[in-house]
Amino acid sequence: MPTLDEILPPIILTASLAGVTTILLLVIGTPIAWWLARTPSRWREPVAAIVALPLVLPPTVIGFYLLLALGPSGPGGPLAALWGARTLAFSFEGLVIGSILYSLPFMVQPIRVAFESMGPDPIEAAQTLGARRWPTFTRVIVPETRAGFLTGVILTFAHTIGEFGVVLMIGGNIPGKTKVLSIAIYDFVERGEWLKAHWVSAGMVLFAFLVVTATMLLDRRFGRLTG
Amino acid sequence: MRALLAFATVASLAFVPMAHAGTVNAAVAANFTKVAEQIGADFSAATGHDVVFSFGATGALYTQITQAAPFDVFLSADDKRTGTAIADGFGVEGTEFTYAVGKVALYSPSLDLTDGAAVLRAGAFQHIAIADPVTAPYGAAGVAVIAALGLTEALTPKIVTGQNITQALQFIDSGNAEVGFVALSQVLGEPATQIWLPPQEDYPAIRQNAVLLKNGEANEAATAFLDYLRSDEAAAIIRAAGYVLE
Repeated sequence: MPTLDEILPPIILTASLAGVTTILLLVIGTPIAWWLARTPSRWREPVAAIVALPLVLPPTVIGFYLLLALGPSGPGGPLAALWGARTLAFSFEGLVIGSILYSLPFMVQPIRVAFESMGPDPIEAAQTLGARRWPTFTRVIVPETRAGFLTGVILTFAHTIGEFGVVLMIGGNIPGKTKVLSIAIYDFVERGEWLKAHWVSAGMVLFAFLVVTATMLLDRRFGRLTG
Repeated sequence: MRALLAFATVASLAFVPMAHAGTVNAAVAANFTKVAEQIGADFSAATGHDVVFSFGATGALYTQITQAAPFDVFLSADDKRTGTAIADGFGVEGTEFTYAVGKVALYSPSLDLTDGAAVLRAGAFQHIAIADPVTAPYGAAGVAVIAALGLTEALTPKIVTGQNITQALQFIDSGNAEVGFVALSQVLGEPATQIWLPPQEDYPAIRQNAVLLKNGEANEAATAFLDYLRSDEAAAIIRAAGYVLE
């Protein structure tokens, strides 16, 4: 069995990475989902395709481009220089950037579908009653589409927990900083410590099962919303 | 195109003893990639056998071998995993030999490493890349060199770990780490001021062993490949690539 010292730091790190990514993606993904659901623009499909790209791209492609982009010769270098570092790779911040790109479709897609299936009626009704934009959003739209938001949050969190390829390529496997659970499992297997790998892997299987069950229950309760 | 194919077929029939042509599947440590490809090409030209290489970290390859991966020969980056392979019943006893001895190199595209030990002592860099010391012998060598200089405590916070030396080099080449420990064979063409070779006594010798796997016991091409790996032709390529031979 893995000791607590071996397993607790990756668990905490992975959970914080998934948490921070989910919160940021909620902020970034909602306006994108809204625009995609409502715009008549002919750029709609190309933008939707870009958002969906991480579903199809191998994580190694994202990881490779990120490794270059986060480094001293990419945009990440000058950004990192703000706090005296040379690169955003090998850092928690770098992993967050990678996870946001990697999990983007998992947040945007369910919310977009929820916005679309809501239709314009509730918004028009609210406006007829004189509601301003922000209250319309928080008190009409969000409650109306909460299943989409909930699905987006669960899927994003879970998908980030399961992230491997991107982290492998930009993380540098630093304990407590970039060594997430999936990498810890890879290390256990690589080192022949299969018993430890079993324990952590079984935990991940249980976690994945709970997540999938939760989304399916949500789906049933709110109708088909996850698209 | 068809004419070309026909020509190629005739040409290969003319120059190559086709009667015993077979295929050998070789699991090869990542650091040996370029050399293996070169030796593989020569081997195919000389014998008519084909080689299919699977490159990877030694530990990962060995794990796959224990799970019935279809490899005939195993070129490890160390002298442990081949022994384990034999002990665990995956390797053929008596077929293990050292095909190359690796040299670890400190490498940096941006720092002057003429006196590499001084650069390490000064520590004027944010990240030093090494391969995973637990699974990769070159990583262990890097850690041993740092320890021999008494810098373990000072440098540990700056270490970033690649899964293997290929990834360690990736971290350096992409500029994300300023300096790192890699295999001399990976950076052989680089300017001498960018490479520092730590004294051999500062780290355990990196013996890279090969072994015939049970899977390839009956495969003539597999035995032929291991024989070729020990030939003078192969030795010349291996030496030229920055390895030494015992």
